[in-house]
Amino acid sequence: MFKFAAEKIEIEPLKKSLEDDRAGAVVCFEGIVRNHNEGKAVVALEYEAYETLGVTEAEKILAEASTNFGILNAVCVHRVGELKVGDMAVFVAVCSAHRHEAYQASRYIIDEIKTRLPIWKKETYAGGSSSWVNCQHLNNAAACHSEASHGHK
Amino acid sequence: MEIAVNKGAEKDMVTVNVTVRYFAILRDQRGAASEQLSTEAASLSELYDSLATTHGFSLKQDQLRVAVNDSFVDWREQLSEGAQVVFIPPVAGG
Repeated sequence: MFKFAAEKIEIEPLKKSLEDDRAGAVVCFEGIVRNHNEGKAVVALEYEAYETLGVTEAEKILAEASTNFGILNAVCVHRVGELKVGDMAVFVAVCSAHRHEAYQASRYIIDEIKTRLPIWKKETYAGGSSSWVNCQHLNNAAACHSEASHGHK
Repeated sequence: MEIAVNKGAEKDMVTVNVTVRYFAILRDQRGAASEQLSTEAASLSELYDSLATTHGFSLKQDQLRVAVNDSFVDWREQLSEGAQVVFIPPVAGG
């Protein structure tokens, strides 16, 4: 199950939805808004999504994780709207019989979400300027697709 | 001197009505979240180039992906009447 959320992500109901007597492992990942990116002090950010395509693509990613790693179930929620430093931006939970495949699937899901879902992030910096992340390197298309300078929050 | 007239090309010109939705930096640069327009563009690629010129979009086509009616498609695809087109800037989720 994947969905976008305009409000704070409540993780307990999501974990509850994964309860399964066959599961010996649940791996949860929380992506949090950090206070800096590429050397700039970030004070707030806004996520915007093309939700219909985003949900379809995310469900594909979850199905791929299920097929590739043999997990029992996975859920993911991604925030949209305005977030502050410390807020949870994305939550991924995976359950499986054993921990190995749950860790693998969790990593796969968050990595694919970051590169494939139509979600955009506008950061506001200390001083008041703002920019759409990954869209500013106007003369270098390669840089725009690079993940290298964007470690996870 | 003969004047070449490319009748074939003119005959192929078809006007279609499409809706274009804009997100993120493209919405900011367009100043609108969507627009309906009539276009003779032969492909999605041509449509983007024409809109980018008109509105001064900073992103080049090879930085974008494109979707029609909520599915990713190829830039070479032709436009169909009533299509909803979305140009997708470099993403930054997660």
